[in-house]
Amino acid sequence: MRVPCAFVVNGMPVEVEIEPGARLLDVLRGPLALVGTKEGCGNGECGACTVLVDTRPVNACLFPALEADGADVVTIEGLAAANGTLSPVQQAFVDRGSIQCGFCSPGMIVSVTALLRKSPDPTDSEIRDALVGNLCRCTGYVQIVEAVHQAAAQMQKSDSR
Amino acid sequence: MSARHVGTDTVRPDAFEKAVGRATYIHDLTRPGMLYGKIKFADHAHARILSIDTTRAAKLPGVRAVITAYDTPEIRVGFLRDNFALKRDKVRQHRDEVAAVAAIDPDIAAEAIDLIHVEYELLPAVFSPAAALADGAVLVHDVDPSGRPRTNNRVPVPTRHESGDLLAAERASKWVVEGTFSTPIIQQACMGTAGCIAEIDPSGNLTMWAKTQIPFLAQKDFIRALEQMGLRDRNARVIVPALGGGFGTGLDTHCYEYIAILLAHRTGRPVKILYTREEEFAYLSPRQSATTHITQGLDGEGKLTFRRLEVTQDNGAYTSWGATYPTVMLLPATSLYRVPAVKFDSTLVYTNNTYCQAMRGYGNPEVAWAIESNLDELAAAAGMDPYEVRVRNKNVAGESTPMGLHITTCGFGDCLDAAATKLGWNEKRGKQRNRRRGVGMAGLMHVGGSGRIYKADGGGVILKLDDFGNVNVSYGGVEMGQGLHSALQLTVSDALGVRPDKVFINPTDTGTCPWDVGTHASRGAFIGCNAAIRASAKVRSKLFALAAGLYPGEVQRNLEKLRKEKSDVPAFVVPSVCDPAAFDLRESEMFLRDAPEHAAFRIELGRMLRAIHFRGTEGTLLVEEAYYEPKSELPDWSKGVGNMSATYAFGAQSVEVEVDVGTGEVTILGVVSAHDVGKILNPQTLKGQIYGALAQGIGFALYEEVKTVAGRVVNPSFTDYKIPTIAEMNFPIHLEFVETHDPEGPFGAKGIGEPGMVPTAPAIANAIWDAIGVRIRELPITREKIIAALAEKQKRES
Repeated sequence: MRVPCAFVVNGMPVEVEIEPGARLLDVLRGPLALVGTKEGCGNGECGACTVLVDTRPVNACLFPALEADGADVVTIEGLAAANGTLSPVQQAFVDRGSIQCGFCSPGMIVSVTALLRKSPDPTDSEIRDALVGNLCRCTGYVQIVEAVHQAAAQMQKSDSR
Repeated sequence: MSARHVGTDTVRPDAFEKAVGRATYIHDLTRPGMLYGKIKFADHAHARILSIDTTRAAKLPGVRAVITAYDTPEIRVGFLRDNFALKRDKVRQHRDEVAAVAAIDPDIAAEAIDLIHVEYELLPAVFSPAAALADGAVLVHDVDPSGRPRTNNRVPVPTRHESGDLLAAERASKWVVEGTFSTPIIQQACMGTAGCIAEIDPSGNLTMWAKTQIPFLAQKDFIRALEQMGLRDRNARVIVPALGGGFGTGLDTHCYEYIAILLAHRTGRPVKILYTREEEFAYLSPRQSATTHITQGLDGEGKLTFRRLEVTQDNGAYTSWGATYPTVMLLPATSLYRVPAVKFDSTLVYTNNTYCQAMRGYGNPEVAWAIESNLDELAAAAGMDPYEVRVRNKNVAGESTPMGLHITTCGFGDCLDAAATKLGWNEKRGKQRNRRRGVGMAGLMHVGGSGRIYKADGGGVILKLDDFGNVNVSYGGVEMGQGLHSALQLTVSDALGVRPDKVFINPTDTGTCPWDVGTHASRGAFIGCNAAIRASAKVRSKLFALAAGLYPGEVQRNLEKLRKEKSDVPAFVVPSVCDPAAFDLRESEMFLRDAPEHAAFRIELGRMLRAIHFRGTEGTLLVEEAYYEPKSELPDWSKGVGNMSATYAFGAQSVEVEVDVGTGEVTILGVVSAHDVGKILNPQTLKGQIYGALAQGIGFALYEEVKTVAGRVVNPSFTDYKIPTIAEMNFPIHLEFVETHDPEGPFGAKGIGEPGMVPTAPAIANAIWDAIGVRIRELPITREKIIAALAEKQKRES
């Protein structure tokens, strides 16, 4: 038995018929074709599938799609401006060499986006707390921390204008 | 050829698509009509297959094929051909593939796998080299691949070395220290799990989308598989999507790939197999474990007198590249520091554990762990500063080592110096034990100009220029995340003379790219950029020859246009034909070197190419290829002699730690990682390689270990198998790059992908010794081992 599920994803309302137990990750990657969100473990351990549900970062591999009914979902595809301009977090990841194989990057960038909304000028320790659930095997995280600081500075500069 | 872009901090060309989630990994690819394959694994380490009942699985709606070894052609796998894509008669390891299904969706495939019933007769099994070498041990393989009966479990791959007068050297030693050091099986743990799509066209040609680091060797393997399936003289085209991490996992072809091919053949449909994380941990070939017995001697001057290494490795049930670690172990064993007498022996043993594969460093971290830990003990025995001992024995440029390695350039001394001074060695070493703090260091040497373990060790590059001045680069190596495409982009930019934004790196595809042996041995940028430099020279030479008669016309056109717009344009003399040698191309503009400094004489490359294409007599297009074969030798492994790399990378790491003697927890307070990189190609990607390798080195040192019980992996998840998170990487890291400008390197650069994790574990262990006076010889250095070692020390001292 399939049930209807309606939510907003990246600013666009969508309605899909899903199995009641479907994971948000499968709905995003399947019928909605938003494959930028990655599955790294399927167990909520690696954070590669992180998306925002009503501004809260969640592991889409554990999140039941039905719980997103009526919610505002943002994926990696929804962060850049409509004209293609990268978000400050995306731009900082590009600038600082924070991306290697790139598989963790969508989830990492979404987690950083959530962090900077909550804490516009985070300390290193706040950054580590916020990103401890986003695993990366390539970078050793150093340039990721650098990118978070760059994005924070950039966003504060834009806000003060 | 000047370095305008090489050496500058430049955004990597693949960063944008990865930042917006548009890079396409195997996980994201589908093909029309594609089915999903799933494998039934043995779940017994050693057993006879009595029967396989697939009837219920085959009847499940949505299932399109169920296959076993009994109803498919035999495909032999592994460099000794001792493995099979699907197993018949016997399983020899927990992860053995006994059946597979293809279904219309992944859930149905998984359900079908559970409906396959296999009956086994359990056999005694061996789970360690010692058990496998014991008298009367059960044989993992009764016969060798040619059918001859086997009498023991040794893997027949002799790799050894002996040089110098060992006995005399041992007698001449003032201090001799021996010890046994071991490293565990660890998982490469790529964030993107393994997978492939196999598609066979009606003529029997295969297209394979593979998560591989060796597209051309994979092509060869897959063509052989097609032959074994009766599809003779067919092609296998290998296309490599965005990889999602390599670290050695893609260095061999895998049974799952052959199973996808068999399923595609059976169903006539494309078939995708994608590993889950649990499958990746339990069923993908990890890094091989090693136990090294080492003895080294030192004379009264603090000079190394001899080194003896005996390495024993658990090969697991079949051969893959784990079995060839000793070929790389030879390098540090014979040549890290100057040692006049060396003996290296290796024993490789079949067991019923998982068979293993490559991972970053490939044998080097395993023996560096032994050499560098033992060297510290030797220094302690001699009452010498371990830094001083390293400096006295450091390698230098111009030397030829016992293995016959020619050290062309060497920044080892500078690296050791940086590792000491930047960490505050003299102020800290041996002076902080009251605070349970200590410092340690370790050196490294690795191949820096590829490592010849295959007859051909080169790679080709094709440069294709279009009517718009775009340069499309085709190279058969693989961008795994390390920044290869950035190195290629900057190299072509400078070597050819075009703007970086006009350089595009094509996806890796055996159908369009020239042959390359594969991306391993820190060789991608070294080989690819050397080939690109040679191809660029060919393009320039052809471009300048073709432009000789066309350039003047373009300049005249510029001048005429300018004169129409304004009258004060000087009356330049433009020759009717130019000397090709007088041209230059920079930043995508062609000009005569001695022409007047005027914009009219600068012709944009795209315009020049259009003139050549449309105005020239030949209608020529510019496509050039160059193949680069490094200057190195395929060693004689039975003697352990041969200059296996065109150049060698050196480095040193130093670490400061604090140890909690109550909990055994090791906290890293700071790291210095100093590397002889030859020449920096892109600081940003270079740093990324060192930081990332360091993190893997820390995981290897402190917590990573694939744990098995009777051959079954019992920690197949990130919860139970810890890799470093951002929380652990919370200490200052100082990177120091020494540029030695190697004559064979592209712009002087050496390979640097692997070195960063080679010395990390011994540097940490040496720091722990300095902090609390205990020596850990088995990786990983867990809290439990620290506590046990402290208790042991206390017992000894009381």
